[in-house]
Amino acid sequence: MKLTGAQALIKSLEMQGVEVMFGLPGGAILPVYDPIIDSPIRHILVRHEQGAGHMAEGYAQATNKPGVAMVTSGPAATNIVTPLANAYMDSTPMVVITGQVATSSIGTDAFQEADTTGITMSITKHNWLVTDASELPEVVAEAFHVATTGRPGPVLIDLPKDVSNQMMDWYWPEIVDLPGYKPNTKGHPRSIASAARMIKEASRPVFYVGGGVLKANGSAALAALVAKTGIPVVTTLMARGAFPDDHPLCLAMPGMHGNYTAVTAMQKADLLIALGARFDDRVTGKVSGFAPGAKIIHVDIDPAELGKVRKPDVPIVGDVRLVIEDLIEALDRGEAGEMPQADLEGWIRQIQAWQELNPLSYDRDPSDGSLKPQYVVETLSSLTPDGTILASGVGQHQMWASQYWRFNHPNTWVNSGGLGTMGYAIPAAIGAKVGRPDKMVWAVDGDGCFQMTAQELVTASAERIPVKIALLNNAYLGMVRQWQEMFYQERYSEVYLSPDLPDYVKWAEAMGCVAFRVESQEEVAPAIEKANEINDKPVVIEFRIDSREKVFPMVPSGASNDEIVLGPKYGGAS
Amino acid sequence: MSGTGPNFVPRSLPGGRSSSDISHHVLSVLVENRAGVLARVAQLFSRRGYNIYSLAVAPTDDERFSRLTVVVDLESVTLEQITKQLHKLINVIKITEIDPLDAVEQELLLAVVAADVQTRSQILELAGIFGAKVLDVGLERLTLALADTPEKLDDFTELIKIFGIVEVQRTGRVALAKLNRSGPRSGVSRGKAS
Repeated sequence: MKLTGAQALIKSLEMQGVEVMFGLPGGAILPVYDPIIDSPIRHILVRHEQGAGHMAEGYAQATNKPGVAMVTSGPAATNIVTPLANAYMDSTPMVVITGQVATSSIGTDAFQEADTTGITMSITKHNWLVTDASELPEVVAEAFHVATTGRPGPVLIDLPKDVSNQMMDWYWPEIVDLPGYKPNTKGHPRSIASAARMIKEASRPVFYVGGGVLKANGSAALAALVAKTGIPVVTTLMARGAFPDDHPLCLAMPGMHGNYTAVTAMQKADLLIALGARFDDRVTGKVSGFAPGAKIIHVDIDPAELGKVRKPDVPIVGDVRLVIEDLIEALDRGEAGEMPQADLEGWIRQIQAWQELNPLSYDRDPSDGSLKPQYVVETLSSLTPDGTILASGVGQHQMWASQYWRFNHPNTWVNSGGLGTMGYAIPAAIGAKVGRPDKMVWAVDGDGCFQMTAQELVTASAERIPVKIALLNNAYLGMVRQWQEMFYQERYSEVYLSPDLPDYVKWAEAMGCVAFRVESQEEVAPAIEKANEINDKPVVIEFRIDSREKVFPMVPSGASNDEIVLGPKYGGAS
Repeated sequence: MSGTGPNFVPRSLPGGRSSSDISHHVLSVLVENRAGVLARVAQLFSRRGYNIYSLAVAPTDDERFSRLTVVVDLESVTLEQITKQLHKLINVIKITEIDPLDAVEQELLLAVVAADVQTRSQILELAGIFGAKVLDVGLERLTLALADTPEKLDDFTELIKIFGIVEVQRTGRVALAKLNRSGPRSGVSRGKAS
């Protein structure tokens, strides 16, 4: 069967089981947009290429399947650089296809030419410049293999226009053979056995759970391991939902804005069992002061993470789900099997005491009648159905969302962790809703973030993707404002955005959304309930929140986690 | 303090010369012979802040592969972290860490030396001692080539300086692990694959 390169690309995507892709056409990718008309793959036309990338990421985070985005060359390729960098930091599987100028024009500064593979080399797991149409099926198969196996991540296929038009004999590669890419998924039995012994001996152990557990579909295995050992769990920003917040052993989020108990439990632990986590600086604070008394078991699919920040006592390279399953067995076998589990009662009691002493708190009944963002998130969490997916942008609202939302299911939290990409919420929520149309999808967004990617609400309206946006409008770039207040003597520099420029309700309505404004605590619940009823259009609720509110607790940048700042205390909380 | 990665302790080397500085280590990296592979390796080093002291690249006997000989500077980062990051590149097949003490190494040097009638014979004598070849002869200059160990090249450079070096060009070293000459019992495996 003879196909054009463009047809071969689309057919290859179909062979990979791609159901939906996000994109925006242009000159160099034109040939590929023709066979899309005849393909069962749903194409969602975005309003900006960055939106296509974040939608693919949101889709991937909500489904654990690779997201696919396609854009043209030059400025379109550079517009999708941010999503690639974001997906690389958060290990999100994504396949991006970019058009490229014809092979004969490459290197001549042709119209809409950019060195896309060069630009994206350090922010993709791998990328390919296809120079012959006959390579396409093989490259697509390799691209999906690389994106979804090992430590997942983004890949990019750069496709020159003449290669799209070139004829090739269709084939489909049965196997992918990359001699330099053989991820090791099975943990070493001897390391697992010594990890099991260490777990039995530890009297103050903590599971330090990272996003890798979600990537590996390891939530059920983790629940079994916790049930077996009774060891408490912290879930990092990337791992919220990997272990249910409602479980009594869940200490929730550690790190710079983690709660006191999660941070302190790690600091005082004698054993940290890191599962698919990478000792990010936002978790560790000053590395030399992080969990000083703890031995480390570090499980990760990426060998380069073991010892990158903190030298583990037991490093285990492997798929975290498989390693957890092996670990559960190893606890009953051999030397470890004969050892009694150290008594954790005192440790658990200590943890409960910390929780009672310093719970997350905010002013639930402000005398000035102001609307607190924490109240909005808490109310939203309680009024939405179990399993609702929550997306967020980056900043204060993201931290409040992570702190005050009750996460009880894997893949229900869609956010930008490593790169911290403002504007992530709206496109990511759209991608998540496309991937999980059966679930309600809310985004908590800030006013700064909203203005960066709001145009994708036009996409949502046009494609009838009913996402719901809770816009926490504090008229500021709030996190920057918080740092200027705390560390720059309240010298506010370029952080004021205005509460009503733009008029968010009118703007949302102009984009085809239903929109309303909420200014007081009493209005919050009715507005959310009203939004929950709307299933045919995107909804935006603008919450006018107290702009003075700050995110606490906080470990100041560069400080040890022992120096956690709790913020003002509010009586009668929790 | 256990807060940092494992420390790599290089074996001390005699002399302390520039091209065999103790913070230097040699990696022999087998890569797929594809467009852009060198850029990937170079960008990885630059992106992660690793220092390359010298780099030599050429195809191997198997045309599917090329071999990079990278002399890395280990001042700020462990060799383990460098090799692990290199392994993440899809086109990297195999990395062999070569201890300079257990390796045969060669580097090529080209030097243009000021050589007038008075000094020419002395320079030629020196070239003879080192086994350098004369590639080109001008009225007041000589171009010499020397292929030898990096240390020998250092020595040679030092000695011809007296006569006035106009220009020096070095290739960076290529290296392979030493062969095993002892019996199977006492044999030591040279150059461990990471």
